[in-house]
Amino acid sequence: MLKFPPRALILFLCPPTLCHMRKTIALVAEELLKRAVIGLPDDVEIALANAYSNETKEVAKEQLKIILENIGVARKNQTALCQDTGTISFFVRGKNLTSEIRDGIFDGVLAATKNIPLRPNSVNPLTRKNIGNHPFIHLEFSDNDYLEISVIPKGAGCENMSALFMLRPSDGLEGVRKAILTHVAQKAKNACPPIVLGIGIGGTPEQAMLSAKENHLKKLTSKNPDPILAELEARLLTEINELGVGTMGLGGLRTALSVKILSHPCHTASLPVAVNIECWADRRLTARIFKDGKIEYF
Amino acid sequence: MKHLLKAPISKEQVLEFKLNDIIYLSGKVFSIRDQAMKRILDEEKSIHELEGAMIYNCGPLARKNGQKWDLLSAGPTTSSRMNDLAVEFIKKFKVHAIIGKGGMNTKVLDAMKGKCVYLSAVGGSGAISANQLKILDVEWLDLGMPEAFWKLDANNFGPLIVTMDAHGNSLYDKNDLEVDANLQRVLAIK
Ligand code: SF4
Repeated sequence: MLKFPPRALILFLCPPTLCHMRKTIALVAEELLKRAVIGLPDDVEIALANAYSNETKEVAKEQLKIILENIGVARKNQTALCQDTGTISFFVRGKNLTSEIRDGIFDGVLAATKNIPLRPNSVNPLTRKNIGNHPFIHLEFSDNDYLEISVIPKGAGCENMSALFMLRPSDGLEGVRKAILTHVAQKAKNACPPIVLGIGIGGTPEQAMLSAKENHLKKLTSKNPDPILAELEARLLTEINELGVGTMGLGGLRTALSVKILSHPCHTASLPVAVNIECWADRRLTARIFKDGKIEYF
Repeated sequence: MKHLLKAPISKEQVLEFKLNDIIYLSGKVFSIRDQAMKRILDEEKSIHELEGAMIYNCGPLARKNGQKWDLLSAGPTTSSRMNDLAVEFIKKFKVHAIIGKGGMNTKVLDAMKGKCVYLSAVGGSGAISANQLKILDVEWLDLGMPEAFWKLDANNFGPLIVTMDAHGNSLYDKNDLEVDANLQRVLAIK
């Protein structure tokens, strides 16, 4: 499959310590967004192609064909594959997390909105006045020498299908499974399925919601290192695909391409379970900025 | 059955559509969603052009190029957000088709009886749709790009699947029933 531009491209800019950090971050943020909204990660495209090949229901197969064609058209025309370029979340991991990074990201989003362009999606929640695109930044401290920035631009169709369940500890694994399956059965059809399901178990309520979304940074083919979670992911994936929501909620073999779980310790009296559904347009991209100025995108 | 249609479509044509029919549409289509629908109804605007119109629930991504607008990506948006607004809209403007994704509820299905159909575009297929649609005009940009009132010219816009017909049948309802039965079966396994 010929792809333009290649997704793993290495760029050399001036070392971030020498030139203005804010400028470097702005360029990286814009580039991340550009690549993310135009082309899907390879693993997602492969999963969609497999879903198409295996589908037996006509209405699902026809729509999966359009989805695959659409990915090609967006790549060829270098335009956003879906008009909803989403609410933009950045995940930044590094040693020295400064306000220059924040400023650079805001600059980059402003430039991306104008140049790519992105759809201006952010509004005041009550007056509904449009203010362009307001990104959200999540920070994580790491010991690595490089700075890592990931982006998830996520549309409202799937984001609106998010949920948090504060279960009782005695509900246990069965309760978790029931809450998730019931939610997906009722809500997935509006999230442009086949979906990618992100689940956060445990933690505080806000941590569970964040973990649910962070799952979408993982490759669909990645393995969960926790055997209990890996087993639950596999079971849920099988069961969700038995629900028959199918492509766009009109039936079919594939409702979900993947299920991913992140878990944290929680209060002895709590069992938070958060659900974050990604649509088939599962857009994500990461950049690593090294000390010598080298930048890798993957 | 596959239909190549030119808007405006007549009421007789609307009544003939069957679930699973595939439509490629040409002619005038209006992109209206939450805020524009609300403004039209709240302010009791009577917009002559909307009589018997094809409404597209979409929030396009467009770029202004001199005096004209280029459409860059324009797939459907989730129609169920507009369930309540749509019922009033169908009554007031005798809209002949609503195009969107995800389907609408039974109140809308009832309101559509004898006069209107719901057509599903493939969610997320913005790049393809942008090649099939052109911007004729836009109003109410103060609502923001996604929520403005876009007048579009369609050229074989599709595939659009008839998922709710004018006789009270909905493919979504049918599938929802199957999904619910499947859910009960899956949950019964411990
Ligand atoms: S749910 Fe995803 S694919 Fe569907 S319209 Fe929204 S962003 Fe696009």
